[in-house]
Amino acid sequence: MNNKVLNNRAWLLVLPMLVLVAFSAIIPLMTVVNYSVQDVLGPNARFFTGTEWFHSILNDSALRDAFVRQILFSLTILAIQVPLGIGIALIMPKRGWQASAVLILITLPLLIPWNVVGSIWQIFTRGDIGLMGYGLRELGINYNITRNSGDAWATIILMDVWHWTPLVAMLCYSGLRSIPEAYYQAARIDRASKWAIFRYIQLPKLTNVLVIAVLLRFMHSFMIYAEPFVLTGGGPGSSTTFLSQSLATMAIGQQDLGPSAAFSIIYFLVILLVSWVFYTTIMHMQKDKNPHGGA
Amino acid sequence: MSWMVWTTPTAIFFSSIAAMLAGMTLWEILSPTVERKGFLPISTTRGDRLFIGLLSAAFIHLGVIGFTTLSIWIALALSAVWLLVLMRWG
Repeated sequence: MNNKVLNNRAWLLVLPMLVLVAFSAIIPLMTVVNYSVQDVLGPNARFFTGTEWFHSILNDSALRDAFVRQILFSLTILAIQVPLGIGIALIMPKRGWQASAVLILITLPLLIPWNVVGSIWQIFTRGDIGLMGYGLRELGINYNITRNSGDAWATIILMDVWHWTPLVAMLCYSGLRSIPEAYYQAARIDRASKWAIFRYIQLPKLTNVLVIAVLLRFMHSFMIYAEPFVLTGGGPGSSTTFLSQSLATMAIGQQDLGPSAAFSIIYFLVILLVSWVFYTTIMHMQKDKNPHGGA
Repeated sequence: MSWMVWTTPTAIFFSSIAAMLAGMTLWEILSPTVERKGFLPISTTRGDRLFIGLLSAAFIHLGVIGFTTLSIWIALALSAVWLLVLMRWG
């Protein structure tokens, strides 16, 4: 006998938020959709173009290259940051003043605004005054991020790893802290090796925070703009031009509002798809663990 | 509203989305959804299936526009059939 009726009236309490979101997101997004099917030249001069912008954006080879570059970038930083973050979390001190000190030190990069991170690395890698640029040059390595696209890539990845691995490490650290001591005692009784403890106790317990870390890092790296823009300006050539920079160039630099609206919608749909897949995965993992609790 | 540069097709598009949401709300009030498992790998509610249907419809349209010379109406028909299949058996 289940006589409980779900009362959906609580949803009315969400209305004020809905109005706010309508003005800040939904109505602007509708406008973008309207722009994407027209050539808007002025208040009274606009022409309906249908799906033309979408066709040209999807077949634009420069944008396709930027898309591939973007995916490559996101996968590369995930492949580095996730294992590195877990490793850092494992060797972080567990208690005492050392734990607090390490936590503060590790959080520092997260507090620096994106533009500033770009500027720091821009100066850091300069051949004449930058510590890293000058140092590498003195060692006889031909390092130049404005000429060599390999150097530019390596530097952007290094910069992102420096800026965001702390986030992964902090998430993993909190995940590790939540494992009850009893698990470790049982492992000691079984004389489990360090690897076995990691593989069968720590890693499974970290799954949830790792999914969140991967989601956050993927989404953010997929929309990265300020850091590479300040560091390399998308160059040399277009070798480090990612999607949001292509979009900004098109919308603000060239004022091509129609094509950039179409591009925005495609970009938005890709992000929506990825977020939904991640969200569903997270919700499912929680449901599998707690079948009666619901998510 | 003129700053939003409305066109007839986009107005029809957004009206149909709004109508779908209103219809779903009404349907939910008349007979609340039960989460179930169909051919999709996850168990879904009615609203989940509508969302999946609309999102895949967007990608079907993009695929047809970008990579074929077929008419956009074919994409629309395909999406509608897919949405119905999804709502019934998904």
